[in-house]
Amino acid sequence: MDKTTEINDAVSIIKDGQTIMVGGFGGPGTPFILVEALLEHGAKHLTLIKNEANLPQLGVSRLIEAGRVDRLITSHLGLNPTALEMMNKNQIEVEFSPQGILAERIRCGGAGLFGFITDIGIDTVLSQKKQVITVNGRKGIVESALRADVALIHAAVGDDFGNLIYEKSARNFNPAMATAADVVIAEVESLVTTGTLAPDSIHTPGAFVDHVIEIRELTEEYAILEDYVFG
Amino acid sequence: MSLDRKEKIARRAEREIKAGLIVNLGIGIPTMILKYLKPEKHVMIHSENGILGMKSHCSRQDADRNLIDAGGGYIDLDMGASFFDSVLSFSLVRNGRLDISFLGALEISANGDLANWMIPGKYTPGIGGGMELAQKARRLVITTLHTNRKGKAKILKSCTLPLTAKSCVDRIITDLSVIDVVDGKLILVERAAETTVEEIVEKTDAPLMIPDRELPQF
Repeated sequence: MDKTTEINDAVSIIKDGQTIMVGGFGGPGTPFILVEALLEHGAKHLTLIKNEANLPQLGVSRLIEAGRVDRLITSHLGLNPTALEMMNKNQIEVEFSPQGILAERIRCGGAGLFGFITDIGIDTVLSQKKQVITVNGRKGIVESALRADVALIHAAVGDDFGNLIYEKSARNFNPAMATAADVVIAEVESLVTTGTLAPDSIHTPGAFVDHVIEIRELTEEYAILEDYVFG
Repeated sequence: MSLDRKEKIARRAEREIKAGLIVNLGIGIPTMILKYLKPEKHVMIHSENGILGMKSHCSRQDADRNLIDAGGGYIDLDMGASFFDSVLSFSLVRNGRLDISFLGALEISANGDLANWMIPGKYTPGIGGGMELAQKARRLVITTLHTNRKGKAKILKSCTLPLTAKSCVDRIITDLSVIDVVDGKLILVERAAETTVEEIVEKTDAPLMIPDRELPQF
């Protein structure tokens, strides 16, 4: 089954008010080209789920700065002062989860589960607005699963069936998010014919992926960023 | 001056890392430990974004666009390194597979509570992975300047800021001292060569047990 799609056809399914998951941790694994297409497409009042908000003027920060995002579910905005300022001015609503809890909420969403119980955040402000229950004598916070209408994924290699392989630290949230949305759109740096990838090497099986977009040329956001730290 | 003090903390903190451990280094002074880490210890450094076996920050020309640590630094890898996704990365953390974790602090209380992630109304960037690291590492070492920018004590009877985790701190390494948290009490175990026990006591806003012996210096 050939799932290769033109980028604008894929992104055009996104409607105002939908919830969108975006892979990536910092630059690596962020589907910058898909995010740019979403910006051009113009959908607004979005709820965004991403580990952080990229750096100012990059990636999902461009969606946030353009006023397209009403709500952000994330773990950390320390590297994006613009998003923090918009949050403080109530221009965007932010829900924080601890990073591994965010990942696990997405995993649950992708695994057909309602949520899970954890002691992370117990005895802190995080437990104040949440249900706390006792299981086998231990107190835990009930964390709900997260799902999205659409997930935007970046992979190094993909085939036309949608099997995906991620590279190095660009894997991060991508595999979990690729399981947790009604429609999964993956951009791939290298598109190969189905049957050429070794089955043992595949990180996300094609069953989870709806659309495969071949990146013809990596844009400058994918390059090494000078704002980052060197030794 | 401030940088030197931080380097001193990082250099002392390196001695906490025993050979073969699984280690996580938080942002700030903890990351500076990398510079002093002896290769013969063969430790495996975990980075929350899905790496076990990061080695050090690399130069601009050696940087790989797909290889950063959780603090956004370009890195190179050690022998035996592996990549995994964010779910597995935190399975490793919450499962107690991290032998030692180093974090910074805004406040630490006498019973080992840690506050290091928000100042209500001023700075609320989100916790990132810090809460899980603080709560679940087998041993948590805090590396921090002894006092804050205003010269006020960071080690307090109880924290005033929202907690990262309760009773999680095992050891505090500052520019002035090494302090252990044992059964809800703070015990001074080392002092910096250029300070006195009196200065440490004066700059610590919590009861501090002073052993009746000459303290090792660092």
